[in-house]
Amino acid sequence: MSETIGSGPVLAADGTPLKRSLQRSLRLQKLRALLLIAPLLAFILITFIAPIADMLFRSVENEIVSETLPQTVKLLDADGPSAPIVPGNETFSALYVDLYVAVKNKEHTRLGSRLNYEQTGVSSLFRKSGRRVRRLDVEIYKNQFLDVDPAWGEVTTWLTLMEDAKVHKALPQTMWAFSAWLDDVIEDGDKPEEEKLEDYIFVALYNDLSAVSDKAVSRDLINKTASAVGGFETVDFKSAFAKFDKDWHNEDVWKTLRVYSPPYTEGYFLNAVDLQKEFEGYSVRPENERIYGTLFMRTLFMSLIITGCAILLGYPIAWLMSNRPMREANLLMIMVLLPFWTSLLVRTSAWKVMLQQQGVINDTLVWLNIIDEAGRLVLINNQFGTIVAMTHILLPFMVLPLYSVMRTIPVSYTRAAKSLGATNWTAFWRVYFPLSVPGIGAGSILVFILSIGYYITPEIVGGTSGTFISNRIAYHISSSLNWGLAAALGSILLLVVLLLYWVYDRIVGIDNVKLGG
Amino acid sequence: MANTAEERAFVEFERVQKSYDGETLVVKDLNLSMPKGEFLTMLGPSGSGKTTCLMMLAGFETATHGDIRLDGKEINNIPPHKRGIGMVFQNYALFPHMTVNENLAFPLEIRKLGKADREAKVRRALEMVQMGEFGARRIAQLSGGQQQRIALARALVFDPSLVLMDEPLGALDKQLREHMQFEIKRIADDLDITVVYVTHDQTEALTMSDRVAVFDDGRIQQLAPPDQLYEEPENSFVAQFIGENNTLEGVVQEIRDGLALVRLDNGEVIDTTPVNVSEVGERTKVSIRPERVEFDKERLGSEAHTLKAEVLEFIYMGDIFRTRLRVAGNEDFIVKTRNAVNQTRLEPGQQIEIGWLPEDCRALDA
Repeated sequence: MSETIGSGPVLAADGTPLKRSLQRSLRLQKLRALLLIAPLLAFILITFIAPIADMLFRSVENEIVSETLPQTVKLLDADGPSAPIVPGNETFSALYVDLYVAVKNKEHTRLGSRLNYEQTGVSSLFRKSGRRVRRLDVEIYKNQFLDVDPAWGEVTTWLTLMEDAKVHKALPQTMWAFSAWLDDVIEDGDKPEEEKLEDYIFVALYNDLSAVSDKAVSRDLINKTASAVGGFETVDFKSAFAKFDKDWHNEDVWKTLRVYSPPYTEGYFLNAVDLQKEFEGYSVRPENERIYGTLFMRTLFMSLIITGCAILLGYPIAWLMSNRPMREANLLMIMVLLPFWTSLLVRTSAWKVMLQQQGVINDTLVWLNIIDEAGRLVLINNQFGTIVAMTHILLPFMVLPLYSVMRTIPVSYTRAAKSLGATNWTAFWRVYFPLSVPGIGAGSILVFILSIGYYITPEIVGGTSGTFISNRIAYHISSSLNWGLAAALGSILLLVVLLLYWVYDRIVGIDNVKLGG
Repeated sequence: MANTAEERAFVEFERVQKSYDGETLVVKDLNLSMPKGEFLTMLGPSGSGKTTCLMMLAGFETATHGDIRLDGKEINNIPPHKRGIGMVFQNYALFPHMTVNENLAFPLEIRKLGKADREAKVRRALEMVQMGEFGARRIAQLSGGQQQRIALARALVFDPSLVLMDEPLGALDKQLREHMQFEIKRIADDLDITVVYVTHDQTEALTMSDRVAVFDDGRIQQLAPPDQLYEEPENSFVAQFIGENNTLEGVVQEIRDGLALVRLDNGEVIDTTPVNVSEVGERTKVSIRPERVEFDKERLGSEAHTLKAEVLEFIYMGDIFRTRLRVAGNEDFIVKTRNAVNQTRLEPGQQIEIGWLPEDCRALDA
């Protein structure tokens, strides 16, 4: 026994440190526990956490520009701050190569709609230019290269060049353009050697060779050609693009391209809080475009009202349930749960029937002569309708936690208060109510968080003034397809909920929240 | 006589009945009157109606029929908070969201006492239960025994004239319970308050009370001081319920000179004191306390009837010996003897003769 008293780690009977031998003996148990939850863990990871993480990532992801127009973006990035906004012919020439490949892969419209979120008109600009890029005659490049060396016309020449890493380094645009062509050919199931090289590859080759004079590649073919390109006849891409659409000489288009060329952007988040990222920096959106701030505030405000209504309506019921004999309590419980067993859509549609201007409530009021035919109340497609319907739908989420907390408050507390001289009201307010606060807290958190992200009900009965931020998110997901903005709005919503949760924890304490027992 | 008794009565139940479902009576015809300053215990098995009586007195249940009077005033229709009765609940019912001080100040605040008054009273109450340093604690930080003391202090802090206690020691361990019994008794005597105490623990009832009301089946079976209750039970329920008891069954053969001759079912005859048997031929249960049984012939009178007995088991319990015998067909006949010098230790299988004084042997209802 004496060795355990001495300083140093406590040893087990076999001389290993006790901590390690304890860990070893617990490892099997831990492993078994982990095995038990493994299926659920995997399920949640795959179906819940991963999609959410992916969705959140989309709020900053912006690789589409640099993936669709890699060569252009490279040149734009290399531009100094003093460079003209609308670039020179060299960049337009690269843009031609990019756009030609994008059109072949049918990617230019996607990019167009992406950039259209930032600047209207870009979508049609890309669509229009896409059609015309294919028709632009650039055969002279190919012809001139073949004049220098006919080997340029052989696909095998290109395939050998592809294998040389140094060539890749020296002629990046060319190699990219050629491999795009090659991929396309292979995808069609054709033999590359039997296909005709397309003209745009030679535009890329010209761009590469004319950009820097000293290529330092130990290949005669390239060195010979590089010294010849200086005298080449070229196409004026800048004016050609202007002919496609004069917007290509518009500074705004190029500002947008430059702002959104990096692979990650904070633009979506700025949009989500009514700011915008411009070439010159951040700025507040014009007043008529600011909607999200209002929408967030409205969502929070209405959720608060709904939570308040649920407390007011739910508290007495929960109290009754926990203070009546079992049989009555069960009946009440069934009535509370009944809405749970009915489809959400049915309940919401029922409210539509009840509240509309030709609906049950208005008809009854008219029939009772309380209002006249002209004065039918507008109860739906506004905030009132959303609040009424959502309070009804979320009420069980308030009642159940309240009930489970109230059930644990022994009747002897109120009795004790009364025996000490408290009236019914004092006994309730000073003793019963404080003890039921954890239930209110749990119910409020539940209802508030549920309502802040509610979608179906506001969509159906909310009209335009009673919709929530989630309806806007849904719109961006399914209609405008601006998933990045939807993801940014969703992230902000998530952040707000977490923040509220934190605040609540500071004020009430999560330990005080009880869902039962 | 009747008039003075009524004048002195502080708490009075008169023909009180209580039914929850309208079909069965939980309390049947309760009559009880207790003077000021008395410590009265309602003792009985669970479901005997004792707690219901307490709740009716506190005002949490209404009597279905009959009058309850406090200090001469009918209180049937007075709400609990106006009765001014202190109460200690079974699980203390201390408010968990308040500190000890706040719990104690609660009744004083409601009575709109000034801050200084309040603090003085709270301090005095805490000192009374020897919990002076615990005022700032939360209830959850107190042990069961400490909570019990605080509950007691809270029930007394507003100087009620009557205090009700509903099994206040039920949740404590044995040692603490015994200690608290004396503590409560001491405080009740010091303050000269009237206490109605409900328990199912007979030791508690016997050690603390001035009088004990034994409840069964919604009625008071006997209302008497503890010694009388133990030594002179009025019926076989009380005899069985209070303390340990040996029962022999038989038929009354003869009643004369304040003695009843009972022929037991095996034919043997014994002398008994008739309590509630009056006719010859009536069936009876004869009750003898284990410590009043003698097997030393010299200490019994010469004409005393004796019974044959066989020793079945001898249990050494430290301060006493407990011997189980077979007597007149009853195999659970217990004899207790003090562990004194020269005390006989019986052996299992031994045949002995036992006897007792007729006044210790009571012929009760069958």
